[in-house]
Amino acid sequence: MLEKGEAVVAIRVVHYLNQFFGQIGGEEKADTIPFCKNGPVGPGTALVNALDKDMTIVGTVICGDTYFNENIDIATKEIVGLVAGFNPDLLIAGPAFNAGRYGLACGAVCTAVQKKLQIPVVTGMYEENPGADMYKKDIYIVKTGNSAAQMRNAIPALARLASRIANGDVIGSPAEEGYLARGIRKNVFHEQRGSARAVEMLLKKLKGVPFVTEYPMPVFDRVSPRAAIKHLSQAKIALVTSGGIVPKGNPDRIESSSASKFGRYDISGMNDLTAETYETAHGGYDPVYANQDADRVLPVDVMRKLEQEGIIGQLHNIYYATVGNGTSVANAKKYAHAIGEELKHAQVDGIILTST
Amino acid sequence: MVKELEEVVDVPVVHVCTVVPISLTVGANRIDPAIAIPYPLGNPQLNQEEEFALRRSIVEKALQALTTEISEQTVF
Repeated sequence: MLEKGEAVVAIRVVHYLNQFFGQIGGEEKADTIPFCKNGPVGPGTALVNALDKDMTIVGTVICGDTYFNENIDIATKEIVGLVAGFNPDLLIAGPAFNAGRYGLACGAVCTAVQKKLQIPVVTGMYEENPGADMYKKDIYIVKTGNSAAQMRNAIPALARLASRIANGDVIGSPAEEGYLARGIRKNVFHEQRGSARAVEMLLKKLKGVPFVTEYPMPVFDRVSPRAAIKHLSQAKIALVTSGGIVPKGNPDRIESSSASKFGRYDISGMNDLTAETYETAHGGYDPVYANQDADRVLPVDVMRKLEQEGIIGQLHNIYYATVGNGTSVANAKKYAHAIGEELKHAQVDGIILTST
Repeated sequence: MVKELEEVVDVPVVHVCTVVPISLTVGANRIDPAIAIPYPLGNPQLNQEEEFALRRSIVEKALQALTTEISEQTVF
């Protein structure tokens, strides 16, 4: 029991950040190995102000997004160790918005810390972030906007849920608390019978009035695998990339993030992509290597060799590229649909899609 | 993108990518693990010849994926 006048023992919070928000650097620092700092860093400063007064960020663990995603198991282990070193009561990660690598890292770190250190965790991300789908069943993920421009709104939302969890409050439904649905069902007493509620919903539906279902159906967004290519030596293979490989100078001005378009480029007679002829327009990874040799992302040189050797029938002479960086699922689908229509017309037999 | 291409063109599509868990979550059917995010089909530490051979091995695996019948998501 606390005596009058005794200092209240604060709730110890550790914050996880990537290299960018951890103020180490951009893509050129994305291979930074995990390390920690005492106290809050970057968005942690705003977070401290938004959290309950008895909560302090005692330390921040920082890791580069590329290092994490290329070494998920080792990186997770290293980070859990660093987090444990602060002896925390709670972990907050991100928010990651729509950054895919960062979202995966936040989700994986939170899930591992919750399991290994048995402390509550909370993170924040945009619902289309691939990390959201992967981890929302295991942890609380506060719903945020899709870019860091939304930081002002994301921090209070993240702090609110983190404070409630730290205080041991009963956490309400996803809609009430602003986190992504975890697929957990709870029995509750309702003043109205189920049959009455169902009829009400049905009447609204018949009138075309909006209503909220009590049991959303899961979305199975899967495509059945198509039959394999039978005769590779006669097959026409197309290359498509979300890695932003474009002719030098980026003639279509494809944006480095949230691309509004895709490009189609003729590679007839082209046997090798060189630093003089091709580059990447992608702003979500260190461009040095792709700019030196774009074949590292779009393997035109190897495909031409395989074509000469007769291993494949031919390389389709048009390749397609966009920048997959903060791209919404709806846009990715739209570009792929348009590209697909052209490739269908071109009667290709198989497609190699490369991503960075 | 990978799903929409497979659906629209109605031919097999292989996803060459480094972060396989993301590809699995997105729903790619044929997955060919790559080297690194900034250079999925290369390695700047190798000499030109070695790097070409490495790239060729990843592309050959992609072709193997395209010529293999599958009934569910498969990482090659």
